[in-house]
Amino acid sequence: MKDFPAQTDVNLAVVTEFLWMEADLLDAKEYVEWLQLWTATGHYVIPVEKEGDDFANCLNIAYDNALMRDMRVKRLQGGFSISAAPPAESVRTVSRIVIDSVEGSLITVRAAQHVMEDKFGRQRSFAMNVTWKLEQTEEGLKIRDKIIRLLNSDGMLTSISYLF
Amino acid sequence: MSLDQTPGGIGTDDLVLNDRVKTPMYEDPALFNEEMEKIFGKVWVWVGHTSEVPDKGSFKLSYVGLQPVIISRDRKGEIHVLVNRCRHRAATVCEIKKGKTSSFQCPYHGWGYALNGELRAIPYTEGYNTDFDKKDFGLKQLKVGIFEGMIFASYNMDVEPLEDFLGNAKPWIKLFMKQGGGYPVKTLGEHQFKVPMNWKIQLENTTDAYHFPIVHKSFLQSLDGEATETFSFMDDDDGYVEDLGNGHSVMVMMPEFIDLDNDDGAPIPERFAELAEDLRKDYDEAQVRRLVRAVGGCGFNLNLFPNAACSLSFFRILRPVSVHETEIRHIAIGMDGGPAAANQMRMRIHEHFQGPMGFGSPDDAEIWERVQRGSAGGGEDIDVMVNRGLGLEKTSDNGLPVGDISAETGMRSAYKMWKKVMEQ
Repeated sequence: MKDFPAQTDVNLAVVTEFLWMEADLLDAKEYVEWLQLWTATGHYVIPVEKEGDDFANCLNIAYDNALMRDMRVKRLQGGFSISAAPPAESVRTVSRIVIDSVEGSLITVRAAQHVMEDKFGRQRSFAMNVTWKLEQTEEGLKIRDKIIRLLNSDGMLTSISYLF
Repeated sequence: MSLDQTPGGIGTDDLVLNDRVKTPMYEDPALFNEEMEKIFGKVWVWVGHTSEVPDKGSFKLSYVGLQPVIISRDRKGEIHVLVNRCRHRAATVCEIKKGKTSSFQCPYHGWGYALNGELRAIPYTEGYNTDFDKKDFGLKQLKVGIFEGMIFASYNMDVEPLEDFLGNAKPWIKLFMKQGGGYPVKTLGEHQFKVPMNWKIQLENTTDAYHFPIVHKSFLQSLDGEATETFSFMDDDDGYVEDLGNGHSVMVMMPEFIDLDNDDGAPIPERFAELAEDLRKDYDEAQVRRLVRAVGGCGFNLNLFPNAACSLSFFRILRPVSVHETEIRHIAIGMDGGPAAANQMRMRIHEHFQGPMGFGSPDDAEIWERVQRGSAGGGEDIDVMVNRGLGLEKTSDNGLPVGDISAETGMRSAYKMWKKVMEQ
């Protein structure tokens, strides 16, 4: 722990700057850069169920380890997926950011996120609560886990051709 | 109204020909209303799986056509399908998607219904005349039929027996359920998404192998070499599509996985090696092989008219919402009481392809929407062609057509049934 500029340096401004940088990368679909924000462990999760966190034993909308994240980015950018070539354009807002806990080098942050997408001249909107587990590393903050809880995760969704 | 005189003046004979269907099939709101009445209002419609209502008092919301229904299991264990509508002034009596209860109570005036739909209690009965009989005001019941755990319902109390309706599809349903690997099949969760398309575009797609290497190229690219080989059915010559009658059909993509109990002795694929190793702690080698084969899923899509499919390793259920909108459910299935590692792998495989963010479904959804967009305006002089394989088909033991893997035999089967039901 002593190696990290821990707790004392964790503040809302630093975390917010990081989350906004991630949001900016995602709206710009700079997915290769986005992959660099991750540690090698952990998951990008979009659960179906609204309660519980035993994601491995549940069906999820996405449950991506590093390998699946990599493959997902390849699919979205490979040019062979009709839904992602071209993808819907997106504009997102991350707000109501709260630092829940700081334990050693691990920061748990949650926020509200709204995403609007546009394709075929129609717009769709998504609202979600997002929780990040961020690691403080020598290279700065990294994402260990990102859990995206869509407001209607267990309801009728529409297909999504980009990343939340 | 008879379909001989649809508002557009087109009869079923003109809408459905053997080799093509007319664009109003995707576009005509009046035709959609007719379909809700004559198809979804009369035939057997898939509503759920018995594992979704496992215990006495379990319930699950579903739909038959446009109407919300409740699947409930009463105190005797019997399954009911009830219209989710209070008999007093029409409010839904339940808006919780699934759970357990002892009764359903309407929130409007407090009418209380038993799990079997009987009206049990109403507040302030003195406001009704003495001839008011609660027996007359139970929740509307649908006819229920269950085959291999799949629950079907019909508004038509005189509908033919479910087993007759399923007919030649029955042995395929039994084969499909072998994915339990010796355990009962249970649902593991579901993906749901809606698509701006007519429901029949989805009905066609489940028997369409032709699109797979094109639309799902990005999915195929994400597989390892062995798995890619498994999905190479368009380049193999042993797959086929068979008309099973009553609008049902089966598309066999991987004949080696028709009967999962027939162990062909092939080495366990690399992608299942870790799972197999895990299972060896608790199972002998024969059981490990059986479980691994079960996890991999079946090698066929069974399309059941009008709204269900047993597709490789999951249930694909469609629900028409309007002429231009359809809701899709991809229900994952697994082994009830089976090894957690096996069910985990089944869920990971399901997530890989299916659902709103799978590597396959979003591309399907995009194509279906494009079909609907291309059909806009009715295109009276341009038809939707389902003629692939015509003239090349053989005849099955059932006396019905069998085409090669990419033949549109299954679509022709579904449209033949569509025409028959709509003309009744």
